[in-house]
Amino acid sequence: MTVLLNVKDLRAYYGQVQALHGLSFSLNEGSLTTLLGANGAGKTTTLRAICNMVRSTGGIEFDGKPLNNRSTESIVRFGIAHVPQGRGTFTTMTVEENLQLGAITRKDSAGIVSDIERMYAHFPVLKQRHTQQAGTLSGGEQQMLAVARALMLRPRLMLLDEPSFGLAPLVVRDLFGILGKINREDKVSILVVEQNAQLALELADQAYVIETGRIVMSGNAKDIANNEEIRKSYLGY
Amino acid sequence: MELFTNQVLAGIATGAIYACMALAVVMIYQAIDHLNFAQGEMAMFSTFISWQLMQWGLSYWAAFVVTLAFSFVAGIAIERILFKPLAKAPVLTNVAGFIALFAIINSSAGLIWDFTIKQYPTPFGSAPFLGSQLISTHQAGMIGVTVLLLLGLYFFFQYTRIGLAMRAAASVPESARLVGINTSWMIALGWGMATAIGSIAGMLIAPVVFLEPNMMGGVLIYGFAAAVLGGLTSPFGAVVGGFLVGIFENLAGTYIPGVGNELKLPIALALIISVLVVKPAGLFGRHIVKRV
Repeated sequence: MTVLLNVKDLRAYYGQVQALHGLSFSLNEGSLTTLLGANGAGKTTTLRAICNMVRSTGGIEFDGKPLNNRSTESIVRFGIAHVPQGRGTFTTMTVEENLQLGAITRKDSAGIVSDIERMYAHFPVLKQRHTQQAGTLSGGEQQMLAVARALMLRPRLMLLDEPSFGLAPLVVRDLFGILGKINREDKVSILVVEQNAQLALELADQAYVIETGRIVMSGNAKDIANNEEIRKSYLGY
Repeated sequence: MELFTNQVLAGIATGAIYACMALAVVMIYQAIDHLNFAQGEMAMFSTFISWQLMQWGLSYWAAFVVTLAFSFVAGIAIERILFKPLAKAPVLTNVAGFIALFAIINSSAGLIWDFTIKQYPTPFGSAPFLGSQLISTHQAGMIGVTVLLLLGLYFFFQYTRIGLAMRAAASVPESARLVGINTSWMIALGWGMATAIGSIAGMLIAPVVFLEPNMMGGVLIYGFAAAVLGGLTSPFGAVVGGFLVGIFENLAGTYIPGVGNELKLPIALALIISVLVVKPAGLFGRHIVKRV
């Protein structure tokens, strides 16, 4: 197993407030890893720090190359696609334009065209609405669009920030099924941040639990799901 | 009836210029959320550059093209030097920046070329257009050049990847960075394009208002009126607003007793205030459709 993403002693700051206190974890190539934790634990901050959207110190290595001090837009070029909290949809643009924007750093126009078709096959509802303003889609459809937009990069690593947020349980099942499929079939490594720990642990192979900016628990997702003590004290179910 | 048609056509011709100015204002507003008070002075300076080039012996169209390139680069330079450092500054700091820019450009033009009025040539001539007394060839040229420009811009923003990236950067900057768009350069590019568009407006209106450092003052106010009328968030609205303001200005000057030439400008200001009171988003201002 090769390590794809390695985070060491990560500290992040919002102004004077420190949000992460020396957090370390790693993600293997091809794995689906989840970061769990309560509100305000630092899950979102961790993802934002990886993409340099928040001031941070410490080591972040992707495929052996340091990511620190690179701009957000240049980190994308390493093949890291970040679906932010709230999905980051370009609401005033059409569904198809959103997909094209996902591939804006790519140069192979033929590949982009075929990838858009591939996304429509993954997510048929997007094909039906491809000329519609993305802001008119439902929450679930927008989340599908956000995932599809990220995949348009042909990423090696996808960062997902609370994909289940605000979605109906059935839609969440659907979405997580698709994520698992993408991970297995397209060989995209995924780091997913979730509050819905039960569901995330079913999907993931590795899991880390964060509390107040530190990793307090890590291991195989199944083991963590089966450990009642951890579930009760950290995951609340 | 002939007077009416005549005034409407003349209104469309000057409206084309207002449309360009409004478009330039809206493009910068979309990129940085501020109104560029110096847009008119930038256009005036560009027009002087083209005049100088012609004095040095360049043909009209050669000077036109060189001026476009100059304006594009100058717009980018202004953004990089003055407004990029102000990106996170409060509104008033930015306003002060725009006013400083206004004063600097205006005085520099006066220093270099002095404040006397200069003739500015038109490449279209001023004969009646197609033998009709309704509109002159220069007015027809103003409309023609503007229409070509608008079509070009529409194509650029709708069908090119860089146009798509610019729209994305203006609408959701954070997401744009997350798909790999360098939003900072998109803003600079917007400044370059807006400055070039403004320079076209300046060069087209100069034969009508004559060339001097204060030539764009009135024009910019009409441009603002057009942008507000159409909606500051809508480039399309800015263009429609430009033509409407041009027509409205001419008809008011002709038919409302006592307005004449002197009160045309206050009418533009009255229009700005009325729109802001009655329909702040403007005619085409975006009501973003959104589900929560």
